[in-house]
Amino acid sequence: MRKEEVPQDQGIADGLKEVAYAVDEDGRYVTVPSAGWEPKNISNYQAWEVIAAEIAATRRRVLNGEASPLAYHMTRNQMDITLLAQYMGLMRWRVRRHLKPRIFKKLNQDLLERYASLLKVTVAQLQDISLVDEPRIPGRDRQ
Amino acid sequence: MTSPEFRAGIGNRMKIDFEHRQSAHCENGATAGLISHYGVEISEAMVFGIGAGLFFGYIPFIRLNKLPLTTFRIAAGSVFKRVTRELGIEITARRFRDQQLAMRVLDETIAAGVPVGLQTGAWWLPYFPDAYRFHFNMHNLVVFGKEGDNYLISDPVFPESVICPADDLRRARFAKGALAPRGKMYSLNKVPARLDFPKAIKNGIRAATKAMLKYPLPIIGVSGIRFLAGRLERWPAKLGEENSLLHLGQLIRMQEEIGTGGAGFRFIYAAFLQEAAAHLEEPGFIEYSRKMTAIGDRWREFAVRAARNCKGRAGVDDSFAAMAAILREIAADEEKLYMELAEALK
Repeated sequence: MRKEEVPQDQGIADGLKEVAYAVDEDGRYVTVPSAGWEPKNISNYQAWEVIAAEIAATRRRVLNGEASPLAYHMTRNQMDITLLAQYMGLMRWRVRRHLKPRIFKKLNQDLLERYASLLKVTVAQLQDISLVDEPRIPGRDRQ
Repeated sequence: MTSPEFRAGIGNRMKIDFEHRQSAHCENGATAGLISHYGVEISEAMVFGIGAGLFFGYIPFIRLNKLPLTTFRIAAGSVFKRVTRELGIEITARRFRDQQLAMRVLDETIAAGVPVGLQTGAWWLPYFPDAYRFHFNMHNLVVFGKEGDNYLISDPVFPESVICPADDLRRARFAKGALAPRGKMYSLNKVPARLDFPKAIKNGIRAATKAMLKYPLPIIGVSGIRFLAGRLERWPAKLGEENSLLHLGQLIRMQEEIGTGGAGFRFIYAAFLQEAAAHLEEPGFIEYSRKMTAIGDRWREFAVRAARNCKGRAGVDDSFAAMAAILREIAADEEKLYMELAEALK
């Protein structure tokens, strides 16, 4: 890749410039800041759309009363039951139970606080279904 | 949280005179930054080359977001280990169970004026743009100071140094999931005044060519590229259209991901070969560098075609069979180049 060919395609990087390696007019390697590259944007948006679809599906299940708000916050934080259980130091079957609305409602304060602190929300936010938002794809809304 | 000892010892502000330089890849960058701090100028590309970072592996049984892992570089941590060993640099590296202790030892080390490399998860670092926030645990950065409850951080993939609250850094150091960092920190004890670059360069090239040519597994090295070509060709029949496109997308992401410098590290390696030519006084290496650049350009061409598929704009030349053919050509070109390199160092 030549220096002048280093792509500057705005997108997923959302303003952050990465370092690309390219050769200058004398054939010497130099580092050039790059705002992004279209194939990379395409493949990253593809991944984000999968994530966003998962969040949207979980959101619907929460709003329909099929899953607890914890399920939404777990998905929004790109976690699965295994990872959330590791962070909480709980067995997976317990976390799985907490994803059920009926059981989540009776969850004790200590566990609620630990979940909230891990997921960086307050206990009230964790319990409030109306705060369950639509997913957002980075770099998209600014285009 | 700031430990009481730290407060008592040096007050609330502590800053090591550390030069931040943006690099393509985090581990190369952290390693180059730490070594350069001790007065030995070393580039990211040189670190990558001596560290034998160049690699290829298509590992279908390791899944990332339910899709197979493809890697263009050697396992995390191995570049740092190799470079410091080859250059005779004494290091300290340790992991922790106790999070409070891990933060206290970090504070004490920077208070002693020693910049510290950390392995962290990317998810918890608040200065990361959303697009880069994944549960990816092989990120590397250098801590060079602390102001109040904020750490001063030279994160190699960012243009400027950044600030990170202590609690977030603690979370990042103890991120969970695959390849968890478990608080890993590393620093340099002693850098020799004279470093034997030619020997280290030769060993680095030997190790990389050996991994690419002789690794006893069909999914690794040049044969791994061919293996991938065979699999990729069969994706549409085996996985269906949608899932093949997801597989293809993942492949481009791994190739062009933040940190690769483009073309799955092939351009960084070409930059290294150019520097190697000067160190070894072997003008022939300039030609090897040129060949590696051409190989990188072909990887980019592959990514362009793959992305056109993902976008639903594939032309006749962008079929899975055509893409597999490019991969096979790349495999042949890489194989030839590694054999030439190995031969040149005999």
